[in-house]
Amino acid sequence: MKFTRARGVGLLGIFIAIVLLFAVNNSLGNKITETSKIQSIWDFTSTIRIPDSAKMKVDIKAPPVAAIELPTMITISLICGALILVGGVLIAKNPERGWVAPYMSSVIAFGFFSILLWAVANNSVDLSDTLSRVVRLGTPIAIGALAGIVCERSGVVNIGIEGMMLTAACFGYAAAAISARMIYGDALPESAAKGVVWLPLIIGILGAILTGGIMAALHAWLSIRFKVDQVISGTVINIMAVGITGFTRTNFLLKFESPLRAGLPQMPLGPLADIPLIGPILFDHKPITYLMILMVIGLNFFLFRTVWGLRTRAIGEHPKAADTVGINVNRMRYRNVIIGGMIAGVAGAWFSLEGSFGFDDGMTNGQGFISLAAMIFGKWNPIGAFGGSLLFSSADALQLKVQAYNFDLPSQFMQMLPYVVTLIVLAGVIGRAKPPAASGKVYEK
Amino acid sequence: MTANVVPALEVRNITKQFPGVLANDHISFTLLPGEIHAFLGENGAGKSTLMNILYGLYDPDEGEILINGKLAKIKNPADAIGLGLGMVHQEYALVDTLTVTENIILGTELRKGPVLNAKEASQRVRELSEQYGLAVPPDAIVGDLPVGVQQRVEILKALYRNVNMLILDEPTAVLTPQEADDLFRVMRELADKGKALIFITHKLREVREVADRITVLRRGKVVGDADPKTASEGQLAALMVGRDVVLKVDKTAANPGDVVLKVRNLNLRDDRGLTVLDDVSIDVHAGEVLGIAGVQGNGQTELVEAITGLQALPSGSIELLGKDITNRPPRSITEQGVAYIPEDRKGTGLVLGYSIRDNLVLSTYYKPPFTKGLTFNDQAIDENAKELIETFDVRTPSATTTAGSLSGGNQQKIIVAREFTRKNRLLIASQPTRGIDVGSIEFIHNQIIKQRDAGLAVLLVSAELDEVLALADRVAVMYHGKIVGILPIAEATRERVGLLMAGIQEQANV
Repeated sequence: MKFTRARGVGLLGIFIAIVLLFAVNNSLGNKITETSKIQSIWDFTSTIRIPDSAKMKVDIKAPPVAAIELPTMITISLICGALILVGGVLIAKNPERGWVAPYMSSVIAFGFFSILLWAVANNSVDLSDTLSRVVRLGTPIAIGALAGIVCERSGVVNIGIEGMMLTAACFGYAAAAISARMIYGDALPESAAKGVVWLPLIIGILGAILTGGIMAALHAWLSIRFKVDQVISGTVINIMAVGITGFTRTNFLLKFESPLRAGLPQMPLGPLADIPLIGPILFDHKPITYLMILMVIGLNFFLFRTVWGLRTRAIGEHPKAADTVGINVNRMRYRNVIIGGMIAGVAGAWFSLEGSFGFDDGMTNGQGFISLAAMIFGKWNPIGAFGGSLLFSSADALQLKVQAYNFDLPSQFMQMLPYVVTLIVLAGVIGRAKPPAASGKVYEK
Repeated sequence: MTANVVPALEVRNITKQFPGVLANDHISFTLLPGEIHAFLGENGAGKSTLMNILYGLYDPDEGEILINGKLAKIKNPADAIGLGLGMVHQEYALVDTLTVTENIILGTELRKGPVLNAKEASQRVRELSEQYGLAVPPDAIVGDLPVGVQQRVEILKALYRNVNMLILDEPTAVLTPQEADDLFRVMRELADKGKALIFITHKLREVREVADRITVLRRGKVVGDADPKTASEGQLAALMVGRDVVLKVDKTAANPGDVVLKVRNLNLRDDRGLTVLDDVSIDVHAGEVLGIAGVQGNGQTELVEAITGLQALPSGSIELLGKDITNRPPRSITEQGVAYIPEDRKGTGLVLGYSIRDNLVLSTYYKPPFTKGLTFNDQAIDENAKELIETFDVRTPSATTTAGSLSGGNQQKIIVAREFTRKNRLLIASQPTRGIDVGSIEFIHNQIIKQRDAGLAVLLVSAELDEVLALADRVAVMYHGKIVGILPIAEATRERVGLLMAGIQEQANV
């Protein structure tokens, strides 16, 4: 019997299911002694609530739209049983195609679900809040992935997205803080203090975009003009970003008093935000999150329906062919890399102006690299990359969520989750994804 | 044609010097509307340089180009296209991942503002393809199409830009004989519609079939013009290489012995899951040449790499003299007596940055007499180099010259010298004469037959049907990863093999 990818994935799935089953069994068993009501591990139930967000505005104790009560152990056993069964089929039949990706995706999706049920055994979880968090945390990853797509589709590898985001986060925040001081002086006027101070925040976002564009221009200059290896050039950007932002923070930002106290506000979209489940997931966010959704749809349109998109795809795949029909390959690459950097700048703004308000050293925390994984997961398509971003952010969201439940899996394990999932996805689900053929190659006539 | 027709293109005294080579030496010619003008010449005769100058990819050192009687400055391909000059390159300038329509309109898109007008574009392509009898599916992805259709896309790409002159650079290299005939029909049709065509080739049969006028190039110079109706293949060949050439390889009938190489049921898929090898089984006997014919990219490369251990196989078995060598490391396979002339001379065959002397011991350097303990025995390596350079007539200033600085023919001789001096039982020769001069071709063909007569089993893979027919004792044809037929040489006519190469199984055989 040969060891193949399908068999390996089957084995991995079975392993994960068994470990999960044992862990849940142990953990729930330990809980029995603490409580009196529950006699056996089979008595645990996990409740999934979908709250009624509209009514909750009036009465915080308004009953939920739905509350589904699932027997914890039975549900998890069924899920794990099914995963083990299908894993067994994979090992026995060794199918050549079409099984690996769906199976691995189900292992991840149902695995997450099981962990959630396990964490909320004898308790309840708010589903809309969990899923809304997935979209929120997926925002910078998705925007970063779009930045990567714009660069790589034109044939320039950009591993400097992390650095571009970090620098943009730093200078975007600085732009907002400084402009607020310049406009309002030491303290906000009475009228502005209550509402949202839009002008400096918008200046901040524009500053972040500009910063991203400048960092990207450096990357383009190094890798196109001087033909520096694109991975090296991207690494230079990443290392430089840590230095520049660290210096700026200790020497300027920490000493600088800004009257601005809050970042971008929550913007529920009227009645749409009140739709149960869907409302909180899609229509109750801060501005950059909405912008992300527009950007995903927009880039998909631009890439596949416009002249710019056609030419971008052509120069990333076969620059010589584009050159012979009169397209200036290197000029387009400059343009695309800089646009990519500006998009990464928007992601940077998310960190310092939307996700939180303020700048911390290394606050992008590797999300730029996860963006690249999401881009590969999506096979260099905006919609697919968006899907990949949600997968990675759901690992993150789950991790944050279960910590609130006095969960007995060590928190370090849970914090590893997004990265472990990235590894599994890149190795198992995607297999060998095919990047644009000319990606990473200098174009010389 | 009357004398007062203004030529579509006139070239005067074009000269181009590359370091060490005068690629074009005062070349002049005219191209009239409605004619097919063939340029015949060996590899390295300067045909491609000349065409790249016309298409704006190189700057000439001297000379001028007149288009429709007016002096033209062509600085880049866009200029050439603007002046009505299109080119179909030897390697297609097509983006595999885009559709036919997208490829054709790229650079001159039909648009509504920034948005592509996809519907009208695909309609336009459909019209053009009907107008010139070039059937293409407008919405198919180019990478999924057979090369013959891809070539039509290339031609349409030029026609879409309203060119009235079209350069076809070695257009038949990757086509089956039937596809080539179809191309000739299209070329004739274009000429009848008033387009002027330049047809570059080194295949004598083709020029006589399709050209109105022939210009022969040799070493960068025009050495003569010929009329395809009166010139014989022999005359053209002599003009092309500057001496009389033997077009046939002298060889006696084969005397096949035991099976040396036994390949059974090889199957392989590529990254995209497409079949590359489809249940391939062959036997090669001692003392015979099994030639594998087929259009490039039908699995020949992978088959050869599987046998030499460069390509891992999920299923199937390969036996050498009864011993299983499936998925063994390449060195172990080499040591069991396999000589290998790889198709990619520069990438796989040689280390271009190494000296000739080092390249000559690439497969034996770790054994005595070339090593003594942990160090090389320089004296033995030098002697080996001296001897092989002489025996195999490698033309080089010294043994320490880098392999990369030699001509293709001499590089190939180094590989042959290295591979043939081991004790071998099987020779695998993949595209052994691609892109080298006629003198070296003759030499290598004779060496291959010599190896056969010495009792080696020879597996020859070539995209040049003529080469296979000249050397092989049996001809196997590969199509879409499958061996679609094995014919003894006596039955392997150009037509039968050609049909098999196109995947058409003969009724009579079934």
